[in-house]
Amino acid sequence: MHRSWSRPILRFVGRLVVTAILAFILLPALVVTLAAFNDRAILSFPPASWSWRWFAKALAYQDFQDGFRNGVIVTACASSIALVAGGAFAIALDRYEFRLKRTLEMVLLSPLVVPHFTVGLGFLILASQLGLARGYGVIVVCHVVLVLPFVLRSVYISLRNLDPRLELAAASLGAPPGHVLVTVTLPLLIPGLVSGWLFAAILSFNEFTASLFVTAQRTQTLPVALYNYVREYADPSMAAISVIYIVITAVLLTCANAWLGLGKVLNVEHQR
Amino acid sequence: MPSRPYLRLFVFPALLCAILFGAALAAVLQYSLRTYIPGSLEAGGFTLDNLAALAKPLYARVFLETVWICFVTALCTLIVGYPLAYALVHARNAVLKSAILVIAITPLFLGEVVRTYSWIVVLGNNGFINSMLLKAGLINEPVQLMFTKIGVVTALVHVTLPVMVIMLAAALSHIDRDYERAAASLGAGPVRAFVTVTLPLSLPGIIAGVTTAFAWTFSAFATPQLIGGGRVNMVANLVYQLGFASFNFPFAASLSVAGLVLTLALLALMRVAAAPLEKIGTH
Repeated sequence: MHRSWSRPILRFVGRLVVTAILAFILLPALVVTLAAFNDRAILSFPPASWSWRWFAKALAYQDFQDGFRNGVIVTACASSIALVAGGAFAIALDRYEFRLKRTLEMVLLSPLVVPHFTVGLGFLILASQLGLARGYGVIVVCHVVLVLPFVLRSVYISLRNLDPRLELAAASLGAPPGHVLVTVTLPLLIPGLVSGWLFAAILSFNEFTASLFVTAQRTQTLPVALYNYVREYADPSMAAISVIYIVITAVLLTCANAWLGLGKVLNVEHQR
Repeated sequence: MPSRPYLRLFVFPALLCAILFGAALAAVLQYSLRTYIPGSLEAGGFTLDNLAALAKPLYARVFLETVWICFVTALCTLIVGYPLAYALVHARNAVLKSAILVIAITPLFLGEVVRTYSWIVVLGNNGFINSMLLKAGLINEPVQLMFTKIGVVTALVHVTLPVMVIMLAAALSHIDRDYERAAASLGAGPVRAFVTVTLPLSLPGIIAGVTTAFAWTFSAFATPQLIGGGRVNMVANLVYQLGFASFNFPFAASLSVAGLVLTLALLALMRVAAAPLEKIGTH
C-alpha cells in the first residue's frame, strides 16, 4: 500500500507550505521592525548600528499627534454608533420579519464590496452639496457606514449561536420583553458585541482611502497623516510608527482571542 | 404582548445609515452626469459627455489593467489562503490554532498605509530582499520590484489574504469530517479524499473568498499608488488624481460609477458562473 508512506510525506509538505505562508505574512512586519531600529536614515540590512531615535522622532511629530487625536475622536464616535445601529439591526434581522428586510440588509452589507474611494467621494460631494463644513461629522458618518457590516456580522453570528430556550425560560417566568432583552439576551451577546465593537474600532482607526477624500488638513486621521509623510519623507520614523501599530494590534487581537474566542466570532470554529 | 416589540427602535438607526449611504451613492451618480467647470469646485449642468469620455482608450486601458490585477490577486490569494485556512481548521493543538488565527488576521487590522510602507521596505532597491540577494552574491545589481505589477500584486495578496482565510475557514469548518472519513474508509487516499470530497464541499467559501478579494483589490488605493508609483495605474488612483489634482469631480464621479457598475457586474457574473458548481457543495 502506498498510503503508508504517502501520509507522513503529505504531512511534512503541508507543514512546510503552511510555515512558508506564515513567513510571507510575517515578513513585512519583521523587516519593518529591523528598519525602525536602524540608526541611519537610509535603509540597510542588517542595520550597522541600532537606536531608538526614530521612535522618539515619530512620537514627537506634530502631524502624527494631531492625526492620532483626530483618529481617536472619529473612531470613538463611529464605532459606538455602528455598535448600536448594527447590533440593534442584527437583533431585528434575527428575530423579526418586516418589509424590505432583505433590501435593507443588502444595502447595509454592500460597503464590503463598494470601492472605498466611491464611498469617500460620495460623502465628500454630499457634504459639499448640503453645505456642510468638512468637519468630524462627515468622517464619522462615512466610517459608520464602512464598519457597520462587521458589527452586523459578528453580532448576528453570536445571536445564531445563542440558545433561544434561555429567553423562553425568562419569558415564561413572567419577564416582560424589555426585561428579557436587558437581563438575558444582551449579557449573552457580550462576546459578539465586544468583538464587533473592537473590529469596528480597529477598522475605523485604520480606514484610509475613504478618509483621504472626506478629511481636511485640520481633521486628517492618522493613516492620512502617515500617507502624507511617506510621500514626502523616507526616514525610518514611519517604520517606528508601523512597529507601534503592529505591536498594539497584535496584542489587542491576542487578548480578544483569549477572552472572546475569535474563532467562534469569525465563524471559523464550529462547535458540534 | 405585541408580536414585534421594539422593532422600530431596532431598525431605525440602521435605516438612517442606509439612507445616508444611499444619498452618498446618489450624489456620485448625479455628479457623474454634470459638466466640469475648470478651476471651480462646483459642477455645471447635466451632460452625458463624461460617460462618453470613459470609452477613450486611455481610460479603457486603466480599467482593463485594474480588472487584470484584481483577477490575478484574487487567484493568488486563493492559492496562498487555502492551505492556511485548512491548517487553521484542522490544527489539533489549541495554541497553534490561536497563533495561526492571530497571524492570519492581524494584517487585516493594520491599515493599508502601514502594510504598504512595510512592503516598500521589503521590495525597495535597497530594501530587504535586494540587500539579502546582493549579500548572498546571487545578483550583482538590485532587482526592480518597486513600480512593477509583481510588486503591487505581492502587496495586494498580503492585503486580501486575511479575509480569504476567514471565508475559506468558515466554509471548511462547517464540512462534516465524517464525509472525509467515509471516503477514507472506502479506500480513497488523502489526496483523492481531498480533491473529490473536501474541495467541492468548500466551493461556497472559495466563491465568497474570491469575489470579496476581487472587490477589495478593486478598492485598494495606497498600495498601487505607493508601490506602483504612477507606473501601475488602477481606477482608484485615477479617481483620486482627477479629484484632487485637477478638481474634475464630475469625471472622477463618472469613473467611480463605471468602477462600481463593473465591480457589481463582475461579481454577479462570478456568482452566476459558480452557481452550478455551488450545487455540488450543498448537502
